[in-house]
Amino acid sequence: MREEFEGTPEWNDELLTRRRKRAAVMGWVLAGFVVLFFLVTVVKLGSNIVQRPL
Amino acid sequence: MANNSADLPVIDTSVPRAGDVSDLTTEMASAADYFELLKPRVMSLVVFTTLIGMIMAPSGAGGGVHPVIAFTALLLIALGAGASGALNMWYDADIDANMERTRTRPIPSGRITKESALGFGLTLSAGSFMCLGVFVNWLSAGLLAFTIFFYAVIYTIWLKRYTAQNIVIGGAAGAFPPVVGWAAVTGSVETLPVLMFAIIFFWTPPHFWALALLKNRDYTENNIPMMPAVAGSKNTRIQIFAYALIMAIFAALPALLGYAGLFYALFSTALSTLFVAMSFWLLIAPDERQAAAAKALFAYSIFYLFLLFAGFPADKLIGI
Repeated sequence: MREEFEGTPEWNDELLTRRRKRAAVMGWVLAGFVVLFFLVTVVKLGSNIVQRPL
Repeated sequence: MANNSADLPVIDTSVPRAGDVSDLTTEMASAADYFELLKPRVMSLVVFTTLIGMIMAPSGAGGGVHPVIAFTALLLIALGAGASGALNMWYDADIDANMERTRTRPIPSGRITKESALGFGLTLSAGSFMCLGVFVNWLSAGLLAFTIFFYAVIYTIWLKRYTAQNIVIGGAAGAFPPVVGWAAVTGSVETLPVLMFAIIFFWTPPHFWALALLKNRDYTENNIPMMPAVAGSKNTRIQIFAYALIMAIFAALPALLGYAGLFYALFSTALSTLFVAMSFWLLIAPDERQAAAAKALFAYSIFYLFLLFAGFPADKLIGI
C-alpha cells in the first residue's frame, strides 16, 4: 500500500471535485482544438479540394 | 558488454521518497490556477498589440489571411506568450514566494508544483510554435519562438538577476507581439511593425520602473538588481523621463513617416505629452508625493499603450 508524506493533503471531496472540474475543462479545451483544427484544415484546403486530379 | 540487469538494485517506485512530488499536491490545482500561470493580464496586452499588428498589416494583393487563420494565429500567439509567463513563474518561484506582489501566485502558494508549471510551459511553447508554423507561416512561428526564448531564458533566467538593464533589454520580449501579428498576416516584416516594436520597447522601462519604485523594498530584499535598487530613486526617475521622451518620439514617427494620418498624429501627441508630463512630475515631485506620482504614471502607462495602439486602426477607419 502506498505511504503518504506527512503534511500532504489526503483525498477528500474538494480534491475530487477539483479533479473532475479540471478534467471537464481539459475536455472542452481539447474539443475546441479539434473543431479549430478541422476548420483550419478546411480553410487551408480551400477550393483546391475540387481541383485535385480524379 | 554483459547485461548485468540482474545485479541492479530494485527500486520500489510505489513508495515516495523525500523530494518526490506528491500526487495529491498536483491534485490541489484548479483549471483557474493553470490559467493564472499564463499571466492573463500580460496576455491581454499581448493579444491586443498582436491584433493591432494584424489589423494594420496590408490585406490586399497577396497579403491578408482568412478570418479562421487570423483567429488561430491570435490564439496561438496568446498561448505562446502565456507559455513564457508559465516558464517565468517556474523559474522565479523562489523570489515570488518572498515578494508581497507575487506570493499568492500558484507555485509559491503551493497550488501548482514547479514541475507541473515547467511541463505546462514547455508543452504550450512547443505546441504554439509548431501549430503557428504549420497553420500560418514559419516566419511568425520563428518570431514567436524567439519571443518565448527571449522572455524565459534571456530575461528571466539570465538578465533579471544579473543586471539593472534587465527590464530594458528584456522589454524586447514584450515588444515582439505586433511584429509577430504582422508577420502572421503578410509573411514579412516591414517598417510599421518595427516602429510598433520600438514604441513598446521604449515604453517598458518607464512603465516597469514606476512599479519598481513602489516595490523597491521587495526587489532589494530579494537581491534583484532593478534600477531603483541599484541606481537609486533619483537616477531611476531621470531615466524614466529620458525613456519617456524617446518613446514619445517613436510614437510620433508612424505619422511623420506617412504610415498614419492626422488623427493618429494629434491623438498620439496628446497621449505622449501627458506621459512625458507625468514622468517629469515624478522627476521633480517632493519626496512625500513621489509614491503617488509613480503610482499614477504606472496606471497611466497601461492606459497609454492601449489607447495609442487603438489609435492605429481608428486612424485607418477615420482616414484623415
